[in-house]
Amino acid sequence: MSRIIVVTSGKGGVGKTTTSAAFAMGLAMKGYKTAVIDFDVGLRNLDLIMGCERRVVYDFVNVINGEATLNQALIRDKRRDNLSILPASQTRDKESLTQEGVERVLNELSETFEYIVCDSPAGIERGATLAMYFADDAIVVTNPEVSSVRDSDRMLGILASKSRRAEQGLEPIKEYLLLTRYSPERVRLGEMLSVADVQDILSLHLLGVIPESKSVLSASNSGTPVTLDEKSDAGQAYRDVVRRYLGERVPHRFVEEEKKGLFSRLFGG
Amino acid sequence: MGLLDYFRSRTPNTSSASVAKERLQILVAHERSERNKPDYLPRLQRDLLEVVRRYVHVDDNAITVTMEEDGTHEVLELNIVLPEEAAAAPKPKPRQRSHPRR
Repeated sequence: MSRIIVVTSGKGGVGKTTTSAAFAMGLAMKGYKTAVIDFDVGLRNLDLIMGCERRVVYDFVNVINGEATLNQALIRDKRRDNLSILPASQTRDKESLTQEGVERVLNELSETFEYIVCDSPAGIERGATLAMYFADDAIVVTNPEVSSVRDSDRMLGILASKSRRAEQGLEPIKEYLLLTRYSPERVRLGEMLSVADVQDILSLHLLGVIPESKSVLSASNSGTPVTLDEKSDAGQAYRDVVRRYLGERVPHRFVEEEKKGLFSRLFGG
Repeated sequence: MGLLDYFRSRTPNTSSASVAKERLQILVAHERSERNKPDYLPRLQRDLLEVVRRYVHVDDNAITVTMEEDGTHEVLELNIVLPEEAAAAPKPKPRQRSHPRR
């Protein structure tokens, strides 16, 4: 029995694709057969973040339209062979995704994979609603910033009313908060909403806090999911997130500022 | 962060983050209450206002229509604030409406 996880947010640019890539890679590193699907038809980017952009031959829409088999379209990750990527089409529009088509692909993936991660596009249009429609779990990626928090709340409303689970009266989608681009220093200075503030507003189970980190950009520069960067704070934070998702009890890190020496405290650093 | 920032951070707690939180709490609470309402409510409210005004002069905001969930059923609540007698519309005076019936 496989589990379908949607990575969603409403707002763009908060880290959905980074999270999808990092989370899927993290699950694969834990030994699970994992597939990650790009639902952003027309604006494909997951392939780039995963570093397999030159290996894309067929895509999600080709599979839905029967122009290619699922196996032809899936790209097996070169670092982890239990991880596969289903890229979005770059030339079609989001209307090419149909509910029946998506369901068929997800059903077929469920036969092989234990976890299916759906990377949602921004917005609340077709691509985004289909990415979450069949989900069992939702990771709501949020930045500590007003528009992102508001959009996340809007997304929660949609998850609770327009998903398959909601429509069929099944157990609701499990929703998790993932706070990204977090800066403990700016929180201390009163310039940024804190984890507690965001939780007060959204009342969601906190899956993790990903600190604002240079390593996220360098990971995407090189097409390496940041989870593979053992030294980076963001990479470690994503590994914690995966462990927590899998049910381990892992204390939250990167919520407080790192202890600094007296010298850097006085003169900045 | 340097020494100067340390002093800067002492400034009172009307920080931009607390302003953000307050604005969000109000907004999100409002949007949640709107969330599961049918979208005809504003039109219903406008039409009701029109009908009521044929008899009584009421303000634009004198009518509120709310939809609430109460366990298994939904309650459509209609609240009309009638004006004070002095401000009442001339035609059928609200008081005179209640003729004793035989």
